Amino acid sequence: MGRYLLRRLLITIPSVIGISVILFTVLALAPGDPFEELATNPAIPPEVRANLRTQFGLDDPVMVRYARWSGAMLKGDWGFSFVSRVDVDELILQRLPTTLGVIGASQLLALVIALVVGVTAGTRPYSIFDQVASTFAFVGFSLPTFFTGILFILVFSIHLDWLPFVYRADLSETGWRWWWASAKQAAMPVAVLALFQGASWTRYVRSAVLDVVRLDYVTTARAKGLAERVVIVKHVLRNALIPVVTLVALQMPIVFGGAIITEQIFRVPGIGSLLISSILANDTPVIMAVTFVFAILVIAFNLIADLLYGWLDPRIAYR
Amino acid sequence: MAGSTPASPTADGLASATARGAPHSSLGREAWRRFRRHRLALAGGLILGVILLGVVFGPFLWRVPINDIDFSARLAGASWRHPFGTDDLGQDLLARMLYGGRISMAVGFAAMLIAVVVGTLVGAVAGMSRGLVDTALVWLIDLFLSLPQLPLLLLIIYLFRDRLTALVGSEVGVFLMVVVVIGGFRWMQVARLVRAQFLTLREREFVEAARALGASPLRQVLRHILPNAIGPVIVAGTVDIAAAIIAESTLSFLGLGFPPDIPTWGRLLYDAKDYLDIAPHWVLIPGAAIFLTVLSINYVGDGLRDALDPRKVM
Repeated sequence: MGRYLLRRLLITIPSVIGISVILFTVLALAPGDPFEELATNPAIPPEVRANLRTQFGLDDPVMVRYARWSGAMLKGDWGFSFVSRVDVDELILQRLPTTLGVIGASQLLALVIALVVGVTAGTRPYSIFDQVASTFAFVGFSLPTFFTGILFILVFSIHLDWLPFVYRADLSETGWRWWWASAKQAAMPVAVLALFQGASWTRYVRSAVLDVVRLDYVTTARAKGLAERVVIVKHVLRNALIPVVTLVALQMPIVFGGAIITEQIFRVPGIGSLLISSILANDTPVIMAVTFVFAILVIAFNLIADLLYGWLDPRIAYR
Repeated sequence: MAGSTPASPTADGLASATARGAPHSSLGREAWRRFRRHRLALAGGLILGVILLGVVFGPFLWRVPINDIDFSARLAGASWRHPFGTDDLGQDLLARMLYGGRISMAVGFAAMLIAVVVGTLVGAVAGMSRGLVDTALVWLIDLFLSLPQLPLLLLIIYLFRDRLTALVGSEVGVFLMVVVVIGGFRWMQVARLVRAQFLTLREREFVEAARALGASPLRQVLRHILPNAIGPVIVAGTVDIAAAIIAESTLSFLGLGFPPDIPTWGRLLYDAKDYLDIAPHWVLIPGAAIFLTVLSINYVGDGLRDALDPRKVM
C-alpha cells in the first residue's frame, strides 16, 4: 500500500509541473505589464521604474522567471493581493474550507443518489422505473447549473420563502440554531451541484451495473442462496464501481467548474467566488493562485480516485 | 471502452462502400433506420431543427431591433407587441433571444469543429505512432483532462481580452477567443476515442492488405482507418456542441463572456438574474432555450450513438 501510494505520488509530480508550465506560459504570453500603473504615474521617474523592474526580475529570460515563480510557489510565498492587501495564501486558506464543505457535501449526496437510483435501474433494466430514471438523468445533466440555481431561488426563496438565497459566513445564531441556519443556507448550493453530478453518475452506475449483473459469478452467488441484498452490494456493486470511479475522476474538473458557478449564484464565500471577484477587480496574483489551487485539487481528487480504484480492484493495485 | 472494434455491419459497410466506390445510400439508410427507432432522439432532432431555423431566419421575419429602448414597456410580460416580454430597458426579448441564439449556436458549432479537428489530429498521430510520440501525446491528453477548465478559461479570457479586442474589434475578438479557448479544452475526449480506434484498426486485415499493397501511411489513414473510426467522433462532436453552448453561456452568465451589447442567452440570464422576483419571464425564457437546446443535442447524440455505434451499451 505504502509503495503504491508513493509511486502514485511520484506520477503526479510531472502533472503538477505540466500544469504550472501551462499556467506560467499563459501569464507570460499575456499582454500587459504589472508595472503599467507606475508607467503612467508622472510622479515616478523612469530610472526608479527600471530599478524596480530589475529588482523584481521582470527583464530576465522566461526560463529564469519560471524557475523563480515556481520556487516561490513551492516555498508558500504566493504573493500579495492588490485589492484586499493581504497575503494570497491567507486569503485562500480563509475561503477554502467553505468550498470544500459545499463540494464534499454535494458529491456525497450525488453519490448516494447515483448509487441508489443507478443500481435500482440497472437491476431492472427497461422497467418503468428505469425509463423514468433515465429520462430524469438526461434532463438533470442537460440543465446547466446556473439555470438550476436560478430556478431553485425562484421556487424556494421567492415563491415559497423557505430558504435564504444569500450564503452568510457570519451567522449570528449559536448552538443548534447555528447548525440549522447553516444547513438551510447550504441546502440550495449543495442540491444544485448534487443533482447535476448525480444525474450524470446515475447513467454510469446504471450501465456498469447492467454490464456486471448478467455475469456468471452473479448467477453463482444467487445459486448459492445468498440474499439479494448481499448479491447486489457485495458482488455486483463492488465490481460495477470500478469503471464508475474512473469516469467520476474524469469529471472532477467539471465539478469544480460547477462549484464556481454555484458559489457565484448563491454568493457562497468560497474560492470560486473569490476567483470571479478578483477577475472583476484585476487582481492577478489571486487569480493565478486560485487557478493553481483548483488544478491541485483536481489532481488530489484524481489521486484519491486512483487509491479507491486500487481498493476496489485488488488485481491492479499495490504492484 | 467506447467503441472498440467496429465489427458492426455499419462500419464494415462504410469500408466496403468506399472501397468499391458504391453509393453511400445503404450505409446512410441503415444508420437512419437505427436513428429513427430512438424516438426521443428524433424529437430532439426536430426541436433542434426548429430552434436552428428560428435563430437563422427568425431575425428576417421578426424585424424588431434588439436595442430599441422603450421605457413605457419596462419588464412587461408576454403581449402581442412583445411575445416574450421585455427587459428592464423595454427592449424586445424575442428579438434579443433570436440574435443571441445565433451567437450561442455559432459558438457551439465552431468550438465543436475545433475540438474535433484537433482531437482527430492528435488521436491519429498518437494511434499511428508507437513509442515515445504516443506516450508523450497520451500524457498531454491526460494533462489536459486534469486541467481545471473553467478557471483556466476565465484566466485566459481575463488576460487576453483587451489585446484581442484592440486587434480585431470587440465582437469578432471575443467570438474568436471564446471559440478557440472552449474548443481548445474539449479535444481530449475525441483524441482518446480516435487513438483507441486507430490502435485496433491499424492491425486489422484490410489495413494490413493495404499496407502490403504499398499504401503510404497517409493513404492508409485517410482511406482505410479514418472512415472506420469516424462514428464515435461524430457522437462525441455532437455532445461537444452542447458542452460548448453551456460553456459560452457560463462565461456570459458570469459576466465575463460577450460584452453587454451582444445579448447571448447566457448574457440575458446574467442581466435578468437581479430581477428574478419582478420579472421571472426574463430569466425563464433564455434559461429554457439553453436547456431545450442542450437536451435536444444530447438526445440526438444518444440516437447517433445507437445509429453509428450499435455495440455500445451506454
